[in-house]
Amino acid sequence: MTKNRNNQRKHTILLSGLAVGMLGFAFALVPLYAIFCEVTGINGKTYAQEIDDTPAVLQVSEREVTIQFLGQVGRGMPWEFRPMDTQLKVRLGEINLTSYYARNRATQAVTGQAVPSVSPFYASNYLHKIECFCFTQQLLEAGEEQQMSLRFYIDEDLPEEIKTLTLSYALFEVPELEVASLTLTNNLQ
Amino acid sequence: MISITTRFRLHRCLTFFALLGSSNMAFAAEMDMRAGVTDISQRILQLHHYSLAICVVIGLLVFGTMFYSIYAHRRSKHPKPATFHESFRVEVIWTTVPVLILIGLAIPATSALIDIEDNSDADLTVLITGSQWKWHYQYLEADLGYYSNMATPEEQINNFETKGRNYLLEVDRALVLPTDKKVRFLTTADDVIHSWWVPDFAVKQDAIPGYINEAWTRINTPGLYRGQCAELCGKDHAYMPIEVEVLAEEEFDQWIVDQRLAIELASGQAVADRAKTWTMAELIDIGQQVFLDHCATCHEADGSGQGSTYPALAGGEIPNGPMAAHINQVMNGAVDTEMQAWAPQLSDLELASVITYERNAFGNTTADIVQPITIFEAR
Amino acid sequence: MAVTADHNIPNRSPLMAFLSRWLLTTNHKEIGTLYMWLSFVLFFIGGAMAMVIRMELFQPGIQFAEPLLYNQMVTLHGLIMVFGVVMPGFVGLANWQLPMMIGAPDMALPRLNNFSFWILPFAFTLLISTLFMEGGAPNFGWTFYAPLSTTYGPPSTDVFIFGVHLMGISSVLGAINIIVTIFNLRVKGMTLMKMPLFVWTWLITAFLLVMVMPVLAGAVTMVLTDRHFGTSFFAAAGGGDPLLFQHVFWFFGHPEVYILILPGFGIASQIIPTFARKKLFGYHSMVYATASIAILSFVVWGHHMFTTGMPLTAELFVMYATMLIAVPTGVKVFNWVATMWRGSITFETPMLFALGFVILFTIGGFSGLMLALVPADFQYHDTFFVVAHFHYVLYPGAIFGIMSAVYYWLPKWTGNMYDERLGKIHFWTAIIGVNMTFFPMHFLGLAGMPRRIVDYSLQFADFNMVASFGAGMLGLTQVLFLYIVIKTIRGGKKATGRVWEGAEGLEWTLASPAPLHTFETPPKFPTPEEDYPRD
Repeated sequence: MTKNRNNQRKHTILLSGLAVGMLGFAFALVPLYAIFCEVTGINGKTYAQEIDDTPAVLQVSEREVTIQFLGQVGRGMPWEFRPMDTQLKVRLGEINLTSYYARNRATQAVTGQAVPSVSPFYASNYLHKIECFCFTQQLLEAGEEQQMSLRFYIDEDLPEEIKTLTLSYALFEVPELEVASLTLTNNLQ
Repeated sequence: MISITTRFRLHRCLTFFALLGSSNMAFAAEMDMRAGVTDISQRILQLHHYSLAICVVIGLLVFGTMFYSIYAHRRSKHPKPATFHESFRVEVIWTTVPVLILIGLAIPATSALIDIEDNSDADLTVLITGSQWKWHYQYLEADLGYYSNMATPEEQINNFETKGRNYLLEVDRALVLPTDKKVRFLTTADDVIHSWWVPDFAVKQDAIPGYINEAWTRINTPGLYRGQCAELCGKDHAYMPIEVEVLAEEEFDQWIVDQRLAIELASGQAVADRAKTWTMAELIDIGQQVFLDHCATCHEADGSGQGSTYPALAGGEIPNGPMAAHINQVMNGAVDTEMQAWAPQLSDLELASVITYERNAFGNTTADIVQPITIFEAR
Repeated sequence: MAVTADHNIPNRSPLMAFLSRWLLTTNHKEIGTLYMWLSFVLFFIGGAMAMVIRMELFQPGIQFAEPLLYNQMVTLHGLIMVFGVVMPGFVGLANWQLPMMIGAPDMALPRLNNFSFWILPFAFTLLISTLFMEGGAPNFGWTFYAPLSTTYGPPSTDVFIFGVHLMGISSVLGAINIIVTIFNLRVKGMTLMKMPLFVWTWLITAFLLVMVMPVLAGAVTMVLTDRHFGTSFFAAAGGGDPLLFQHVFWFFGHPEVYILILPGFGIASQIIPTFARKKLFGYHSMVYATASIAILSFVVWGHHMFTTGMPLTAELFVMYATMLIAVPTGVKVFNWVATMWRGSITFETPMLFALGFVILFTIGGFSGLMLALVPADFQYHDTFFVVAHFHYVLYPGAIFGIMSAVYYWLPKWTGNMYDERLGKIHFWTAIIGVNMTFFPMHFLGLAGMPRRIVDYSLQFADFNMVASFGAGMLGLTQVLFLYIVIKTIRGGKKATGRVWEGAEGLEWTLASPAPLHTFETPPKFPTPEEDYPRD
């Protein structure tokens, strides 16, 4: 009987541990998913803050592809935001420069953060951004306008079947709280 | 809850019984998946029939055996039960045979899927943006875009009027596409997840805020095709239909030219609107219609709102507060609420008049007048 | 292992005695009864919501429910039926039956058992009270996809989150209790592979519960922090992703749908042999099939997300894995048919419901197989075809399973036989009602009617009207079920200990009604063959 009691306690503890572990697993899904997306390029998530290194020598290939640019603003974001070029024909391996036009229509300063998305999603691993307004938060004073530049190249290993790819930026307002904390971290650094 | 009880209208009950039985005889009820007008939609229909046939055959065999057993092995006919209860051989058979059938199903499904997911080599790209509760179409190559709203009047929905043939499936401006061209759809959303679905093309693609998704179609036959939002997206999920007008290639090219021309004309009209100083009565007149078309679904025709999600405008803080804040709210929407940005959707005159209307209707008495030029400057 | 369950201390007013008996009971039979009644009450509340839905969809146009109210009904109907009816129903059956079937005096953790029950009435009171809150009840569907539930959810979403947490705690504790009981309190001689199948399916279900309910808890917690604490798990604006929500939710959600059906498999596997008077065919393969279904359920969540823009390779993997589930499920159905084959079958109400279960669940299985084919799913997804599919597996599946179990074991619980004639009427009206309600939904979905819409275009009118009439019938006949249950509790023909002549298992060696305390001295197992006289 005592043995049985001990077993019961052991099983209860093990099972509770399993339940707690699964709760942890649910939260672990967040980074796991991010890694999974980055490896497979699901959603065309190209991480905004991630700066690609410029390779020393770039092989410029003969192959040309079309790249389309889209710009959207999130709800409540009082900015005008659109690509200066809606589409470009580029050669693989060639460094290109384009830009987005942004203007703050509001009567006070607003900070925005652009979130990129690439389609087809698996092309995101071949689209390298060297310089991008999406790497940092952008602050525009009331009525201020700006051309925000984007310097990129497309990997020559881009799968054969892709002839058109689309880069979309959704621009969201950064809540003031986060702006403050970010400024603070920047200052500390 | 209060709004529901107060909005419960007696006439609904009455029309309910009046209409009972007189339902829509004119419409033959469809029972099967639509064949559609693309090669893919027809392949999917074949796959559907093929898998259905397999299921029916298996079902007949299994249920046939079962009903035979129910009939022949009932106690009154078969009083002494057999005692067998295991057979390795039989178990192996009915594990492997289904696997073989499944392989037979997986092959056509896989080949169709590979073709569906091949988005390369498109002739034309349309960006589809879902927002509560309308679609926006942008022709990327032609630099042309517009909103598409449901056109069914509220009177039909509330049973005041006879429902039209295309009840809930009609829009003010349809998406126009050419035949025999590979059209690539990019889908995204402004607020919540929507899903763009036209059964005749067999295209159903979720529109996810912040991200873009891809799908494509190549339509064989000109005509009008209808669909609906397929992902629950809030209150008026049932009211965001899709209408696609498919034209022959030359007609489509002409249509694009016409649209460009229309934009020029409209901008000329906008210049004229700005130049004019409008009276209160004129603005309220236009504003009331704009309000009914776009705002009343949430804020109600009498401005009473629906709970805290859709605040009342009658006596409301914003329509009675500073004008600049009101203009800002209407033009840009409000973060984290269902109030969307109307600046891209409405003209200067429409915005000016609806704001004027809101500030001077439902018992609001600010006496403010907003002129189109004010809106233009705020853009 | 004596369990103190008797709180009937004299000198108390009858009311206090009644309250303290039911509030403080740690007896598995009394807790089982509480679970069953909670499930029954919520069945009528969730059913009333279904009636509102079907009344609104009776014909085109807005009749009774404004869109906002309709969405709240759709949401609460789903949540209540899943978490408040089917799950507590199965847990109630487990509480009553597991100890009696494995020869144990009670559950292993009786006080925990009391606690996990009494959480539930609070959780559901909270959930239903959201209907009366400012902004209304949750209106985003039981799947509460972000950002509809995060950024755009009504204020009551927080109450809903708390309610889901409570239900999760209750289910996990209940499941732990069941596993510990099965592992430790089996009578001497009952090895795992000699356990009745109802015990087996519950053991596997309990493991699923322990593993996935915490994931649901994680998902609602993330929704909560996104709503109030500035995180952006699911908002693109802050670097999150709305699709992550769907991955987390369906990682819980797919095993969850097997939680809702596996105990039903166990019930059918108990009842069909009894009334066929023949041992269950392929006991071992039944156990392995259940286990493989449970394991496969962890890798197929993606089939709820085919239209979200998944990569081709993921679509193919999920499609194949989902199709594979048809194999063990098929084995189960074949085994049930083989059990009946050359048996000596009678058709008392529990058997009728079990047969209805097998046939209609199989139809739901077929449509499930069709839904697994990705290209076809692009047409089926989020239409009434899906609504038809999951109602076929859940109504004639889970609910018929519970009903057949109630008819089967009610004489053991109450000592009285139910009214067979009324039982048969209940069965026939229910099976006609189920088919009339849900079969036309296949056609509606194929013809293009999206799910969760408050109003529809005219070509869908006829089948919707048929479905609404069917639903009315199906709803009414459950009132008859309530009457039958109450009538049986209050009296009727006395049941013998064996109740059913073909019944096998330890629970039938007890008297009917089963005394409050049973098997305080362990029974003999296996029972000597002469304990089961066959005719």
